[in-house]
Amino acid sequence: MSESATPTFPKHLLDFRDWSRPQVESLLETAQMMQEVLSRPVKKVPALTGFTVATVFFEPSTRTRLSFELAARRMSADVVSFASATSSTTKGETYKDTLRTLDQMGIDAYILRVDAAGVCHQAFGWLQKPIINAGDGWRAHPTQALLDAFTLREKLGSLEGKKIAIVGDILHSRVARSNAELLPMLGASVVACGPATLLPGHLIGASLTTNLKEALSEADAVMVLRLQKERMDKGLLPSLPEYIAGYQVTEERLRWAKPQAPLLHPGPMNRDVELEGSLADTPRSLVERQVANGQAVRMAVLYHLLVGKKS
Amino acid sequence: MTFKSKLLNHEEVRRALTRIAHEVIEKNKGSEGLCFVGIHTRGISLARRLADLVEKFEGKRVPMGILDITLYRDDLTEIGLQPKVRETRIPFDLNGKAVVLVDDVLYTGRTARAALDALIDLGRPSRIYLAVLVDRGHRELPIRADFVGKNLPTARSEVVKVKTQEDDGEDAVELWEMEGA
Repeated sequence: MSESATPTFPKHLLDFRDWSRPQVESLLETAQMMQEVLSRPVKKVPALTGFTVATVFFEPSTRTRLSFELAARRMSADVVSFASATSSTTKGETYKDTLRTLDQMGIDAYILRVDAAGVCHQAFGWLQKPIINAGDGWRAHPTQALLDAFTLREKLGSLEGKKIAIVGDILHSRVARSNAELLPMLGASVVACGPATLLPGHLIGASLTTNLKEALSEADAVMVLRLQKERMDKGLLPSLPEYIAGYQVTEERLRWAKPQAPLLHPGPMNRDVELEGSLADTPRSLVERQVANGQAVRMAVLYHLLVGKKS
Repeated sequence: MTFKSKLLNHEEVRRALTRIAHEVIEKNKGSEGLCFVGIHTRGISLARRLADLVEKFEGKRVPMGILDITLYRDDLTEIGLQPKVRETRIPFDLNGKAVVLVDDVLYTGRTARAALDALIDLGRPSRIYLAVLVDRGHRELPIRADFVGKNLPTARSEVVKVKTQEDDGEDAVELWEMEGA
């Protein structure tokens, strides 16, 4: 069997710091092939037979976890799940003890979701196995960015020279951070926009603005983030109506962007808060594509992080 | 790798494929229900040629698909380099069809085994045949080809390279020796 091999991949997917453009391109290409698997009557291939994957979620999540578990099962990996609410546990020590316990059970890869940034980075000191970051605090959510990039490329073709606007609570968003890291690697420029209280001091890979018109102007695609209502309790938002007045993405405001610029949202959506509710049901919304593509992208991540690396 | 000899030239490849096409038609008693599925990479070009030949002889186009077996390999746990996952596209219903799987070289039989599993996940053909341009021996699994262009006894240290006009700019079968073998 002599055929072309893929580039070598980093051992973990924590963020994109260790990843190069050829690696990302190759992974997205594999995800394209996984789409075909998902279109079959039998949506399952034996590629990861004999591998055991653990999803370890210290923070609640339904869709990301389901998407990862389905992806692993469709590749024939065995899946075990660990879920815990962090409120009752002591941070740091508990993560470590939990993971080391699981490590004794013959897990081949970990899919980790934690409420604190950096735990995934620490974890690879505790575990000898590949770690896939499924979201750590505000810091990174790399598979979300990969599925966003995949969905954008499916719609726009190459991202070279494309302007992508991200609108909403940028400060608390790991989705914004991971996209600001990944999309410029693929040639796009990213503009992040929100009220000053919800913008970080700076965001590597993106330019920041509080002016929605400036952000949306000539944008090739618009990504809307969920406004977490609990932010208001912390006094970061004067009021919901004020946010809506200034930053809700509406059909009218989308006219500032390029004609038919697609709309993305990582979910879950608050209709009529961060975006005009009816927009999500128009053909320009890629929200359902994002969910479908998420599975294919996660299958590709598992393929490249696991194949050839069973010790 | 060092070149040893040319085993088949352009004309010999053409004749072998012509014979295989005739044999397929004979065995299937015509082109009814017949289809070709080529395995990446050279198998695809060869399957296309066989489909063209069947059309020429029988006056009827039979469907053709392409198959990537990467996700069905039995060595993915231990393999060193990651093989690239490539396109699978079978744009017709496999159920009830007589499928001719086409590959360039039959060696250990592991590719054919993987291809059978992949095909069966995609549908339930009434019959699956295996056609190869070269059978070089050294089977590791109980698999044999139904249609063979040329049987070539080889040593394990040798490599059989099939070249096609479409993929390599010429039709040929060459014998090479692995370095340090």
